[in-house]
Order: sequence, then structure tokens, then C-alpha cells
Amino acid sequence: MQEEELQKTEKKSAYELFFDIPVGPQHPALKEPAFFKFRVEGERVVGVDVDVSYNHRGIERALEDRNYIQNIYLIERICGICNVAHTLCYAQAVEQLHGKEIPSRANYIRLMVEELARIHSHTLWLGVAAHEIGFDTLFMYVWRDREVVMDLIEMLTGNRVTTAINTIGGVRRDVSDEAKDKVKKGMNILEERLKYYRKVALNDPTVNARCSGVGILKPKDAIRLCAVGPTLRASGVKNDVRRDDPYTLHDEVPFNVITFDTMDVFARVLVRIDETLESVNMVRYCLDHMPNGDVRIKLPLSPPVGEAISRVEAPRGELIHYARSNGTKNPERYKVRTPTFENLPSVSEMLTSKSDYEVNIADIPITLASIDPCFSCTARMEFRDVSKGKTWIWSLKELKAHCSKSRR
Amino acid sequence: MNLVKWARLKSPWLLHFNTGACNACDIEVLAALTPRYDLERFGALLKASPRHADVLVVTGPVTRQVKDRLLRVYNQMPDPKFVVAVGTCCISGGVFNGCYNVYPGLDSIIPVDAYIFGCPPKPEAIINGVVALLKKLEAS
Repeated sequence: MQEEELQKTEKKSAYELFFDIPVGPQHPALKEPAFFKFRVEGERVVGVDVDVSYNHRGIERALEDRNYIQNIYLIERICGICNVAHTLCYAQAVEQLHGKEIPSRANYIRLMVEELARIHSHTLWLGVAAHEIGFDTLFMYVWRDREVVMDLIEMLTGNRVTTAINTIGGVRRDVSDEAKDKVKKGMNILEERLKYYRKVALNDPTVNARCSGVGILKPKDAIRLCAVGPTLRASGVKNDVRRDDPYTLHDEVPFNVITFDTMDVFARVLVRIDETLESVNMVRYCLDHMPNGDVRIKLPLSPPVGEAISRVEAPRGELIHYARSNGTKNPERYKVRTPTFENLPSVSEMLTSKSDYEVNIADIPITLASIDPCFSCTARMEFRDVSKGKTWIWSLKELKAHCSKSRR
Repeated sequence: MNLVKWARLKSPWLLHFNTGACNACDIEVLAALTPRYDLERFGALLKASPRHADVLVVTGPVTRQVKDRLLRVYNQMPDPKFVVAVGTCCISGGVFNGCYNVYPGLDSIIPVDAYIFGCPPKPEAIINGVVALLKKLEAS
């Protein structure tokens, strides 16, 4: 919220003074460099100011300097946690530019790895959320079980985190029959553990006390502020790119869109646990129905002139990639819209006290964590000189000259 | 070996600072502390405040915006302090080398004692790096 607006909305407080609490960029509750300024009146939070620029690396500019194959590896490093969603979205956009369909087996592998990555991301989040409410036992338990899915991802793709499984025209690796058996066994373990965590979340008094009625986001506000993903679904709005605009094989593989209507952090916990269980079933479906055949078609390096937009439901919500090709081997323009950025206005809403709802300082970490923030995606705006109020793009030469001048 | 050094070797307290990473290294640093890998058996503990920390664990390419904060955190740590650069981006800029907002490596900003390679390094590699740092400390 802007300074003047805050001044206007201020009413006389019993404390007479408002304090600003700076949080970040280095802070125990944040694993990433973001800066938050909370305006508090005693224990009540009355205003929030967000700055996520610490993570700005200039990826969109860098994408224009590299060719389409090199860009796969840069794209997946926009965000390490949803890297599968990013490469999938990128590969789809480039295939759309080429106007080519990929083999069916490749689609099954893509979907399977995407859902495995969702399991890894949601269990990761569950652990972090447990840590934020001071329930470290649950954190350690969840992260122990998360290693099951990490091992499966490593076996299928060759790396634990940044997988690079999706490539232009298909996937890089096939899935062997032994690997399928191992994934099935892993899914059985995970399903049992996830059902246990669901029971813990529903019955544990600690989770209930810290999460129920905290971080309220009403459906009306969620839609107005363009919330996406589990944050939106926890407010009772049925919205999922996998159902609304199916990509890969999401129109074939059955799954339920999970929603909850309590609108608080508790709903966000349960939405994510239930979605993980849905993902387990989707992975099983893929394993059973995977056809034989090729996993990749060869495509030329330079796509024809054109534009493409691709949408993917990343673990954190709707992810949109836009690509414009001028027929050369580098993209002319590439734009990424990430879910955390869309959820920032919602989290500001959740963290501001209203007439019917109080936000305490102690609730800040879990409310902030409840959107599953991933700021590394967020701060990658194009280069602009805002101080002069105009968009101004440097050539590569100028940028390099500036970099070498200001390097120590 | 004097008492202070003995104590330092047995309880290296870590401060994790993300300087603009893609989160992959961060979750691997965190995974190294959880039951499967359990870095805490070496006495290492993740601390919240720079003033309590002995070892600064840095992940990610250093962006221009975060540089001042990094220096501030580094200066707030009590001496003797050690810096571990985790991941290729932190060591050299990695895939982001050449981006206009990224410095070409952490050691162009602050002195680094141990480098852990990988994109992201596996938790085993992170444990190896911390143990290597402790050995170096023991020999000094």
C-alpha cells in the first residue's frame, strides 16, 4: 500500500504510533530474498508493502541472446522448484511455433514427471508450512518422506531437482519397465504417508489452532485480485488450467479439481494434501496406460515466424509463457507470467486487518507461506528506467559495456 | 587445540542467505538438514541471525540489488567467519553469467572459503563441502 493511502486510512490508535517492521531480505521466516514492510498498530497488522526485486536476474533479456535449445536450461532455472512446469510450458510454446504434435508416449512421460514434480513441490510446502507454525516434527517427517519422490525423479530424469526432462519435440529419456515398477512402489508408500498427514492436519490441535481462521481470502477478493492455483481453490473457486484448458493429456487422465470453502490457511493445507493424492493417482494412470513408441521428434533449431502462448498449471498456479519468433535461432521476445507474482496482491489482502478480521504479527509467517511463495520466479521484469517514466531497452553491446564498467 | 577452536569445530552454526537463487540450491541445503542426510550430526545448526553464525552459506547468483545486503550480513557476522558458496551460479554466475543484473561469482564480492559445485549440488555434496571446511579449520 502506498504511504499516502496508509496515512489516509489511519485512525487514531491507542498507541498513537504506528510501527514499521521490516522483514527481509534475510529473515528466518523467508528462505528467499524478498522485502516486506509491515505497518503495525500494537499487535495488529494494518498495512503491507512488498519489494521482490532482490531476485531480479534479467532472464527475459538473456533468453533473447541464446538459442532455443540453450534456453531450455535457462528457463528451468527461473525457478528450481517448478522447473518441470517451466520447461513444459516453454516446450509447448516452441512446438506451437513449429506447429508440430509430439508422440503420445512423450506426452504421458511429460504428464507423469509434471505430477511427480507437483508431489515434490506440495510435500516441500507442507514441511515448510509445518516449520512456520513451529511444528518441526511434522516438517522433519514430511521431508523424510519427500525423499521417496526425489529418488524417483532422480531415477527417471538423472537429477534430483532441475530435471531438464522436457525438450523441444518430446522428452529426453524413456521410461523402462523396471523404472515403472519402482515408481508404482514409491506411489504406494507416498499414498499411505499422505493419508496419514491428512489425518494429522485434520486432527492435530496445533495445526488447527495456528491455521484455522488465519489469512482469510474471500472468493470475491480472490477473483478481484486475480489469485491463481491452490490459493484460489482454497477460497472455493473451481479453477484449474488442467481442467479449463487441457494440455498434454489432461483431458484423458481423470482427476478432480480440489476446492475448500473455509478460505483460510487451513483450507490451503488441505487443498495441497488432496491435490498431492490426486497426483499420485494420475501418475498411476500414466504408468498403466502408457503406449509404446518414440519419445521425441526432431525439430529444426529455428521455428518459423510467429507467436505462441502456452499455459500450464504449475504447483503454485497458472503459468503463462509467450514466445515471438522472427525465424532466427533466438526468440525475438519471450515473456513469462508466474503464479507467485499473481498471488502477491492476495497475500497483501490476507495480511491486512479488516473490520471483521484481525491479523496478528505472529500469523505473518504462515500466512505468507500459505501462497507457497516462490520469489525467484517473480522478480524478472524486463529492463526499464522507471525513474524517467519511459521504457528504454539497451542493446546487448550497451549492456555488456555497462556490466564491464560496473564490475569490480 | 585450544578450547575455543574445539568448540567451533563441534558446533558450526550456519546462516543461509539466498542472493537470488532459483530455489533449487535452497531446497537442497534444507534437505541436507532433514532426516535422510542429517547435517546436524556434525553439530551444524541453521541459525536465524547473522550475529549468531560462524558459516555463511550463500546460494544463487549475486544480483546487483542484493549485493549491499549481502555485505551488511557478512559484516554483521562475528570473526572468525567462513563463507561457503553453494552451486554453480554462486561460484561463477553459472547459467546467468553475462546477465546484466548478475555479478560473475560470489568471490568478486566477499572472500570464499569453500566451493560446492553442482546445479543444484546434491545434499551429499553439501555435507562434503561443510566437512571439507571443518577439516580446513582444524588444520589451520
